[in-house]
Order: sequence, then C-alpha cells, then structure tokens
Amino acid sequence: MDGRRSQRRQIQDRRQKEYEKTTSAVQLDGLMGSKRFMVIPAQPKPLQGEPMVVFMGPQHPSTHGVLQVELHTDGEVVERAVPRIGFLHRCKEKIGESVAYESYVPYTDRMDYLGAMNTNWVWSMAVEKLCGIEVPERAEYIRVFAGEFNRIASHLLFLGAFGMDLGAITPFLHVFRDREMVLDILEELSGARLCFGYIQIGGVHADMTPRAMDMARRFLKVLRPHLDDLNELLSYNQIFIKRSANIGVITAPQAIAYGLTGPMLRASGVNWDLRRDETYSLYNRFEFDIPTGQGLKGTVGDCWDRYYLRVREMYESARILDQVIEGFPEGGEFRAKVPGVLRPPKGGEVYVRAECPRGEVAFYMISDGSTKPYRLRARGPSFCNLSIFETISKDMLIADLVATLGTFDLVMGEVDR
Amino acid sequence: MTLVLNLLAWLPLINRLPESLLLILAAVICAVVALGAVSVVALVAVWAERKVSAHMQCRLGPMEVGWHGIFQTAADGLKLFIKEDIIPAMADKWLFIMAPAVVFSGALLAWAVLPLGPTWVPADLNIGVLYLLATSSLVAIGIIMAGWSAHSKWSLYGAMRTAAQFLSYEIPSALFLLPPVMAAGSLHLGTIVDGQQGGILGVGNWYVWNPFCLIAFVCYYVSSLAETGRIPFDLPESESELVAGFHAEYSGMRFAFFFMAEYADLFVVSAITTLLFLGGWHGPFGLHGTVIYILKVSAVIFVALWLRWTLPRLRIDQLMATCWKFLIPLGLINILGAGLWLALTGDFQ
Repeated sequence: MDGRRSQRRQIQDRRQKEYEKTTSAVQLDGLMGSKRFMVIPAQPKPLQGEPMVVFMGPQHPSTHGVLQVELHTDGEVVERAVPRIGFLHRCKEKIGESVAYESYVPYTDRMDYLGAMNTNWVWSMAVEKLCGIEVPERAEYIRVFAGEFNRIASHLLFLGAFGMDLGAITPFLHVFRDREMVLDILEELSGARLCFGYIQIGGVHADMTPRAMDMARRFLKVLRPHLDDLNELLSYNQIFIKRSANIGVITAPQAIAYGLTGPMLRASGVNWDLRRDETYSLYNRFEFDIPTGQGLKGTVGDCWDRYYLRVREMYESARILDQVIEGFPEGGEFRAKVPGVLRPPKGGEVYVRAECPRGEVAFYMISDGSTKPYRLRARGPSFCNLSIFETISKDMLIADLVATLGTFDLVMGEVDR
Repeated sequence: MTLVLNLLAWLPLINRLPESLLLILAAVICAVVALGAVSVVALVAVWAERKVSAHMQCRLGPMEVGWHGIFQTAADGLKLFIKEDIIPAMADKWLFIMAPAVVFSGALLAWAVLPLGPTWVPADLNIGVLYLLATSSLVAIGIIMAGWSAHSKWSLYGAMRTAAQFLSYEIPSALFLLPPVMAAGSLHLGTIVDGQQGGILGVGNWYVWNPFCLIAFVCYYVSSLAETGRIPFDLPESESELVAGFHAEYSGMRFAFFFMAEYADLFVVSAITTLLFLGGWHGPFGLHGTVIYILKVSAVIFVALWLRWTLPRLRIDQLMATCWKFLIPLGLINILGAGLWLALTGDFQ
C-alpha cells in the first residue's frame, strides 16, 4: 500500500516539475513517425485547449493486429492520425536469402495469414518462372480452387470484422459459420486450417479428393443465400449505411497515386484486376466480372463501397469455383517433376505478382546459381494500402477513423513482414 | 414497507421497540430484499442475454453449469468476486472506489418505487414517476466519476460521451413519459396502471393504443435504450472504439457492479415501459397480476436484447442529432397533441 502511494506521489511530483519547466504548447514536427518536438520555455498559460495525443494500439481491438495509430485529437475529432508499424517485423525477406527456395513456402504463409494459399501461390509462381518449371493442368485447377476458396474465407472474415468495428456483433459470428465450412474444405485438401503451405513449387503437395469436391459443391449451394441474408442484416441496414457511406472517400487519382491495389483500388472505380489484366494460371478460361465501386449509397470510394465490393467479389469467386468444379480434369499429375534441390540458373531475375484477397502480392528475386535466392524482396498490399491512411483520416471523428481503418482489411503480418 | 411493518408488529419482543427504530428496521429489511431481487434479476438477465445472443448467432451459449448453463452467471460472479482488486497507480482512489457504488445505487434506488403488483410495492410514493427520473440521473454521475477517476484517456472519452448522451436523453425520456401521466392525472405509478384497467380482453384500455401514446411509447423505448447505454446507443463503452470506455480500468467485483447495474437498469426501464404504456399488471385471461407483469417486462427486455444483437452502433453526432433535432421537438409536439386529445375527449380510452 505504502509502495503504491509513494510511487504515485513520485509520478505526480515528476509531472509537476515537468509542467513547471515547460508549457503546454508542445509543437510536434511534421515528419511521419518522428519523435522530435520543440519545447517552448515557460510562459503564462493562455486559456485554451490543447490537442490530446492518444495512442491507439498496438493492443486495441480495432487495429486488427499490432498496428499503432497516433491520434492527435480535439475532443472526438481526430486532427491527425499517424500509423506506426513494425511491431511484428520478423525479417522475412532476409530469412528468404538464407533458406532454400522450397523451404520458404511456410514463411510466405505467415506473411498474409488470412490469404495464405494465395501468397504460397505467388511464391511458387515466382520460383517456377525462375527455374522454368511447367505446372500440370490438374495442379493449376487445384490452385485456382484453393486460391478462390481462400479469397472467400478472407473476405468473409473482413465482413465480420468490419461489422464488429461498427458495433454489429451478430454478422461476425454468422460469417464465421460460413468461413468454418471453407476452412473444412481447405483442411480436407491440405491438412491445415490457416497456414497451409499447400501450394508448392511445381504444383500442390496433395491431390484433390472427391470429398473436398462434395464439400465445395455443398458450400457453394449455401454461400449465395447466406450472403443475401448478410446483405439484409448488415449491408442495407440504415444505421450501417449512415455509418459507412461518404466516410473515408478515396478518389481514383488518389488511389493510383498511392499505389493502392486490390479491393481498395477497385472500390475507387478503377477497373484493374491482375487475374484478368495480366492473366496467370487458368484465369483466362473462366468467365467472371471485375466489380468496381459505384457509390450506390454515397460517394464512389467510400467505406460502404469498399465493404460492398468485397461482398460482390465473393459472388464472382463463387462463379469461378462453379466453373472450376465443372471443368475439373479427370486424371493427370498434381505436381510437376521437380528436382530435390532447386538450383535456378545464375543471374536470373524475376518479378512476379498476382491478385490476392488484399491486393497485389509480388516477389522480386535474383538468383546466383545456389540453392538460395541472392536477393529477395516482397511487396505486401496492406503495407502499400496503409500509406494513404494518414491523408484520408484528417479531421475525422474517432468512430469514423475506426470504420475507415476497418475497410483497409489490414493483416499486420504482411505489413511488417 | 407496510407489509414488513405489519410483520414486525407481529413478532414478540421486537414489537416492543420504539416506532422509529421499527421503521428503520423495516427499511433495512426492504433494502436487503431489493438488493437480493436486483442481484437475481441481473443474474437471470445476463443469462438470458447470453442465450438469446447465442441462438441469434448460430451457437448455443453457456451449456455447462446447470441446465442450459443457468448457473453460469453465478459462477462468473463468484470468479469476479475472488479476483484481485486492481486500482491503477495514477487513479483518483476514492472516486475510483465510489463510482461503481454510485452507479449501482442509482439502479437500486429506482427499485424502491417499482410495484410488482397492486399491493406489492416497497415505497408507495405518490410522485413515483418523478422519483424514477431523478434516480436514473445518478447513474450518469457514477459513470462520469468512473471515467474521470481512472486516469485513462479512453475512459475519459467514455465519460465525456456519457455526460453528453445520458443528460441529453433524460429530456426526451421525461417528455415521452408525460402523456400517460396526463391521462391518469397523477405521478403515482399505481394510479397510472389502474387507469388502464378493463377494455376488450383486458388489453383494450392500455395507453399504448392511443396514437399519441403510441408515439410516446416507441420514442420512450428508444430513449430508454440510450439511457441504459445499449447498442445501438452503447457509445460510453463502445468496445471497438474506446476499448471498454468508462470501465476499461475496472476489474473483479467493481466491474461486476457496473455489469449488474446495467441489467438492473434495463429491468427498471422495461418495467417503466410496462407500467406506463402496457397496462402494468392488467391483462387478459384472468392471470395473476404479478405473473402478467413479469411476462410483459420479460417481453420488453427481449426486444432490447434482440435490437442489441441486430444493429450496429450510431456515431456520437448522429446520436445527439437524433435526440435534439428529432426526439425533443417530437416530444413537445406530442405533449401538445395529447393535451388537445384529452381536452376534447376527456380520456385516452
């Protein structure tokens, strides 16, 4: 008891001394993330408010991981919000330069852990391009199957989490019911439920099973009615629209200037999807539309558009999956003949990108003829998307800030890498 | 109170005490009984909330402790009771300790005038409605104390939101309680309930069937949700923005007091709705008054749970706009309309 009291007195004394030394007018330097500030010597204190600096995160429920946002607030209004990252940095790119090509697959799982299949896939494509490996047709079908299901799982989680950010708790558990079914399918394929490591260099590591096909058919039958239910419950709810329409608007030129990709870019009205515009794997065989933001409830590129775009993308993914199941080849290899130890030719240099749930994931590699890459660099869509946050979050209410941050669909594992 | 006094007068030895002591003794007994009742109601309401939310979200909720987890809340209460009591180093200690007590007593005081039936009422005040409005303000003071004393910025946000929200919504909730009071010509809860006796099937004379009272009923319900701080108006604690708002720094039994106060409050506003608009203990099929009353209150509480697990949260400016730009003008016009109706027809039935 005494210890606590004396500790408290010490803190108070220190604060008092600090207060006497300085005035309240602490001017923060404009540089992002810098800690420099100017202390003005003591002067009679004018009677006026001062901005309160609040640190949101890294253990805040709405930062979706270990993001920290420095809020400069005037009451409920946030004058400036600066994201601070790096709490989950694991030197992924440097690790990539010290492990073999095929051993790096599990590391890519842990970058974007909600779209692990897709990240595996990009890595495998990059190494295949470096080594000149041809992937069998059956393997490509399985890859599209797994990748699109993972996209649905990731978008479902986003819908629930975004509803939760706005205070709607029930949709979160409804989407988890559906996501559970997707994870069951992926578990049947790969044996894992989150970090799959399933798509390997040259193909996939286990063949498609008839049971997985059945489960997929059953799931696709219920997905559309469930999404319609979700629209009734959340998307067209009046309070939900009031909270998300016309909030955090990103215009198309802004989106392009900041290098946004994926749903964030398309919601601003830019029609760009690598699956169609720079087609890879089997995507040129399937029919699907690229939804773009239309500003149905407000402005093009607002939070509601970014939310609803993901709902529409799920319908499109379901369309692709229908075609995959219909055209699935009877026989064939599920993995190309790949040597036990991969040695790509010296001086190889590739940059391979693909459309993942959150946007473009890309790997840039230089090989030096050994079993490990000489240089490795990864591009994470969440990281690039986050760059626009400080610009669009000026003079927002705290609640709007949370909503806007929610639509970024951040995965911190991939921001920090 | 009278009942307890009569009982005491019955007992040998005790009935020889002076009358003033007997009164105090009776009051203490009533308070203890009310405290017990609040705890039981809170326990049941928490369990109901968890089960209702679970079934709305395709899950089962608590299933382990007792039949369908009915004793889960009691077990949780026990756990909270034996947890470490943490007071943050920078907190204003006495305010921090007092805040849960103030909030809980605000909820408890209202129970003094809530009748369970025609004769079952702890304190039969003739200004019951006024008393209820007054005690509900105490909750806001307690919450502001909690948010201020914890010395956390998130708690402070919660406290400021509470100050704005609870004080604003006091006005419409008072305005919308007036039409039934006007019709009964009394602030006495029993008189207001008895004004709704009879009619078709025993429900025809409820005040809610009158158009002006219907508006008042719906709007009072909305304001009462805002006053109890439940979704879509749970801004004081809004979990995804302010972590837990005013009670972010509380744990153990102090947290449990906030929790119990919330559900006691929910019961109080649902009881007020039932008494003033839905005929209190008058109902069809010749059921016992208290049974009818409890059933009605449960139905009103269920609607609150239903709304909570369906709707997203409003933003602070939207919340204030709803109050000042919509509910308060509507309330004033509604009183005028109800007054005209009464002047022309003399009655609401």
